[in-house]
Amino acid sequence: MAEVLHVEGLSKTFGALWVTREVSLTLAAGEVHAVIGPNGAGKTTLIHQISGVVLPDRGRISLRGRDITRARPEARARAGLARSFQITSVLPEFSVLENVALSVQAREGRAMRPWGRAAADREANARGMAALERMAMADRARRLAGTLSHGEKRQLELAMAIAADPVALLLDEPLAGAGPEEVPRLIELLRGMKGGAAILLVEHDMEAVFALADRITVLAEGRVIASGQPDAVRADEAVRAAYLGEDF
Amino acid sequence: MKGWRLPLAMLLVFAAVPLLPLGRDSGYVMLLGARIMVFATAAVSLDLILGAGGLVSFGHAAPLLLGAYAVAALDKAGVDGALPVLALALALAGIYALLTGAVALRTRGVNFIMITLAFAQMVYFATGSIPDYGGTDGYPLGERTRLFGLKVLHDGLPFYLSALVVLVASYLVCRALLATPFGRSLVALRQNEQRARAMGIDPLRVRLGAMVVASLIASLAGVLLANESDFISPAYGAWQRSAELMVMVLLGGAGSLSGAVLGAGVVVLLEEGLGRFTQHWPLIFGPVLVLAALGLRGGLAGMWARRG
Ligand SMILES: Nc1ncnc2c1ncn2[C@@H]1O[C@H](COP(=O)(O)OP(=O)(O)OP(=O)(O)O)[C@@H](O)[C@H]1O
Ligand SMILES: [Mg+2]
Repeated sequence: MAEVLHVEGLSKTFGALWVTREVSLTLAAGEVHAVIGPNGAGKTTLIHQISGVVLPDRGRISLRGRDITRARPEARARAGLARSFQITSVLPEFSVLENVALSVQAREGRAMRPWGRAAADREANARGMAALERMAMADRARRLAGTLSHGEKRQLELAMAIAADPVALLLDEPLAGAGPEEVPRLIELLRGMKGGAAILLVEHDMEAVFALADRITVLAEGRVIASGQPDAVRADEAVRAAYLGEDF
Repeated sequence: MKGWRLPLAMLLVFAAVPLLPLGRDSGYVMLLGARIMVFATAAVSLDLILGAGGLVSFGHAAPLLLGAYAVAALDKAGVDGALPVLALALALAGIYALLTGAVALRTRGVNFIMITLAFAQMVYFATGSIPDYGGTDGYPLGERTRLFGLKVLHDGLPFYLSALVVLVASYLVCRALLATPFGRSLVALRQNEQRARAMGIDPLRVRLGAMVVASLIASLAGVLLANESDFISPAYGAWQRSAELMVMVLLGGAGSLSGAVLGAGVVVLLEEGLGRFTQHWPLIFGPVLVLAALGLRGGLAGMWARRG
């Protein structure tokens, strides 16, 4: 399978805290690769480094063979790397459709254009609407994003990501903060995204992880302590120890 | 039609002023109206970066000052043609915005405010140190700027109409720009920079572009101001002037463009009105503004939007 994302020997310290220790992992086209680990394991920091929010001290990141280790976040996004945030992140004053349409425009390098009406960009609107339909929220298109429920904002983030038609998609706890009645619906939507962009999925909800992941990597104290098929990881002693009897 | 009512209503008011039968007072009223429009032009351009873009620039009087000194410099050289004057004003303001923006945009929050102020102060002191243009005393304008030999900026009606044309054009340019993908990106960056960047929007390029456009428009206001007073001095670019422009934008309702015009009207009229009674008008004006800013959600434009 073609490899779309390659992370090698990534290391990062915050002062005395070594949050990412020689982490290597890959993401193959079409797969869902889950990254799990206890609170503070360094999962978000890993996603921040891959997406360019935080620069690593050492190591290399490449997207489809192109080195992006030092590239700025916006350059990575235009190269096809989309992401969501652990804390919901949308453009609250824009309509839902404007959120997804801008995602398309930015991905296509049209977001800097000082001419033409943004709202009249048919291709962006059509692709945005298609993404909203896939995320089952086309009926919300005209609503202001800031007025959506928490679960709907989560859906919108996913829609913004797929509207960009990314090569790789980094999801940082897409279920975080969603109510118990919203979780099954979000898992279904995530399942519907399988087979498209390769997905690096950070998630605490083990039901979701085992329902979606083709591969699982376990992070503890910044280090990869296990990686492989879901069943093998589930049986791994080191993983059980890291979670210390937590429901796993 | 939505979003056009307030600007059209204001356009009607501005267009009607020269037609009012005011007799002897007509000249004074037109002068005041023109002054409002000149400051409104600068305020609208500031609203593009401050209101829409969320960039709290405390140095927007600098491009205005540069526009005024472009008039002085060419007057000294015996040139009064609008084309060379505008070319110089726009070039100075554009280069200023590019250089200072590239530095200031690397900072955030209070640092951005302070650094834009610092750059504007540099222009303020620099203009005051040029003996050729009168130093801090200022420079009395020899000949007002002419367009193809026409006295478009000379007393009364011509100046009033020119100021109106510049204001309308500036408003339309800013408004059109905000509707483009560029404008959408600028607003997106204000709402949530991290999200906008994760989408692929380059914050530096977008914001720098907006600062350049705002600076160019402010320099036009500077050219008009120099001609209105027949006098050019560093005082046009004092920090108080920058603060005044910010007040206009905030009072009118940041981000609405037409609010900036309302804000400019209120500020100029209040200054004029209070100035008649006491020279300590800022003492009254300051608290009025604070109360207005606290009491008016979305400024005057927000009040208009909620009417009825
Ligand atoms: N900017 C920073 N400066 C200093 N320490 C940080 C910074 N960001 C994260 N950390 C620390 O690094 C460690 C890893 O944080 P990170 O957010 O990556 O963990 P995580 O695995 O995503 O945790 P969670 O499951 O709670 O989201 C934590 O101990 C955190 O406090
Ligand atoms: Mg995290």
